[in-house]
Amino acid sequence: MRKYTPKDNVQKKAYYTDRFWVAPRVPREKVEAGSHFAAVVDALGKLAKESYIEIGQLVVHIDPTQNVEVMRILKESCGYTQCSEQSAVDYLAQDGEFELFYQLLNITEAKRVRVHCRIKEGESIESITPLFKSANFAEREMFDMFGIYVNNHPFLKRIIMPDDWEGHPLLKTYPLQGDEFASWYEVDKIFGKEYRDVIGPENRDPSRIDRYDTKRFSRVGYEVPFGADISEGEKENPIEYSETILVDYTKDSGQQLDERR
Amino acid sequence: MQQPNKLTPFFENLNFERDDNTMVINFGPQHPSAHGQLRLVLELDGEQVVKAYPDIGYLHRGIEKMAENMTYNEFLPTTDRLDYIASTSNNYAYALAVEKLLGIEAPRRAQVIRTMLLELNRIISHLFFIATHALDVGAMSVFLYAFREREYAMDLMEDYCGARLTHSAVRIGGVPLDLPAGWTEKLASFCSKVEYELEHTYNALLQENRIWKMRLENVGVISAEDALSWGCTGPMLRGSGVNWDIRKEEPYELYGELDFDIPVSDRCDSYGRYRLYMEEMTQSIRILRQLIPMYSKTEPQLMAHAPQYISAPKEEIMTQNYALMQHFVLVTQGMRPPKGEVYVPTESPKGELGFYIKSEGEPYAYRLKCRAPSFFHTGLLQEILVGTYIADVVTIIGTTNIVFGEVDR
Repeated sequence: MRKYTPKDNVQKKAYYTDRFWVAPRVPREKVEAGSHFAAVVDALGKLAKESYIEIGQLVVHIDPTQNVEVMRILKESCGYTQCSEQSAVDYLAQDGEFELFYQLLNITEAKRVRVHCRIKEGESIESITPLFKSANFAEREMFDMFGIYVNNHPFLKRIIMPDDWEGHPLLKTYPLQGDEFASWYEVDKIFGKEYRDVIGPENRDPSRIDRYDTKRFSRVGYEVPFGADISEGEKENPIEYSETILVDYTKDSGQQLDERR
Repeated sequence: MQQPNKLTPFFENLNFERDDNTMVINFGPQHPSAHGQLRLVLELDGEQVVKAYPDIGYLHRGIEKMAENMTYNEFLPTTDRLDYIASTSNNYAYALAVEKLLGIEAPRRAQVIRTMLLELNRIISHLFFIATHALDVGAMSVFLYAFREREYAMDLMEDYCGARLTHSAVRIGGVPLDLPAGWTEKLASFCSKVEYELEHTYNALLQENRIWKMRLENVGVISAEDALSWGCTGPMLRGSGVNWDIRKEEPYELYGELDFDIPVSDRCDSYGRYRLYMEEMTQSIRILRQLIPMYSKTEPQLMAHAPQYISAPKEEIMTQNYALMQHFVLVTQGMRPPKGEVYVPTESPKGELGFYIKSEGEPYAYRLKCRAPSFFHTGLLQEILVGTYIADVVTIIGTTNIVFGEVDR
């Protein structure tokens, strides 16, 4: 029987997990009253659905429709003037959702807040570029890598992959080695799809090694002239090592050294 | 009108026949001053840039995707390829993020060695910046002198870990090796050498150089608000008068105990940033000099003791059965951090390098996001290049100090 691999998550899995293994969780602390983070949570009020501290940073869960409002409050009343990072995590296989995060930085207090929101597959999110210009590139990258549309983005276009690329590479359904489109991308573009048969899939595998190809490969100890036919086997050439000569050129004598200076 | 065919596709962002008097040119991706693989589409009105569009992705290797398919220890050498000018800072940022997730701390000697390597790497990276920036602007000789000192620093790196560019000299939980005999003395003499060269060569060649000042002063001006909004960090932010250095504000490793200053410039231009880089090298030398006596006072333990996550030292593996079993599991399956997420920022030579790791309790990270400073500095180019002259474009790209390994990832 063929081995079953789940289609909704083709990333590498642990080959063995103890059946009684339960992964522990990083402790989540409550926001202490009177601290800076408590003031942030108070300022957000009902907009914050859930808030806790995880490894020294405040994590706030919000509704995806209110992201701009939350960012505006964080920027204007809480002093979070920099959006360090913005991206998504793919939870389509488990929940059919993406988890988006915004990592914000307050420079005067040296505090960091992470804002989380979850959107369903096919939903889009409002852009925060009017507040943080750094989101311009970050949101484009998120669109490129996950296919999440960002509304009212000034220039929503693929940023890292080519414009005519198909698929979004960081989705869990996208294989690490790339899909069929990826392996034929250059061939389709330069020669046309009909040349796929002429070139053949074996020539699109970058890790393929042809045992008898003497134009691109050379076996150490069995060197033959370029392009020679070795289907009959090849003769062994003993490896000749050159002697390393270390010369101290800083002195006039040019004396040989036993080791590197 | 364009005549698209299979070999010359339609360039939608290039308009060759225009009604106005502007010209669209492609800067890169093979331009020697494009710092790797930056393609910049510039719309010029005469010599003035009207519109700039940075096009990136020519060096994309899917490092974040690879992180999801590699165990935590396997991925560490891959981080070398992010900012390949300062590999240790990437290794360290990643290792620190995983350590925070695991809740472990490296032993004292490993911390001293890591801080030494980080600062040595900062000097390597800054020397590279001075060299290439000066070369871009047209000062050839600085390049030769700065690369000479960079070679000495890389020799030190080579003595420690065997590699010159892709170090992987930091491990999750500590460092793999102790310093070789006599390394700290070599480091001390390197510090004095660089200090001397900084004052007598680079500063003498550049600081008051009339041409250098004319090319750099009031070029690439970024206001503090813009710098914050565009996500600038490191010298780009401090060059705009914002006193923000993660080593000082959110101290990690030994930076809380060390005595050093954070240079800040309120000039907001390229010249101010150049001065910052020079001053930061002096401060790095100061840190290294404080670290050398600290090294001899530490215990010889190099890796943290966390048997669930980190293999025991070699002697224990070879003598104790349980240590060997755990080593076997850790090598074949990889460590399983607890469920949770962490974002750890560090101050790399270019700015804030942070790793966001989302763990689902598996030996493979569920999501890893590398917050690379250069990525956001590249985004800034589309705004600060507008209104400048074509001759200043190279200066501005140089001053942002972008490295495409971490822009495209």
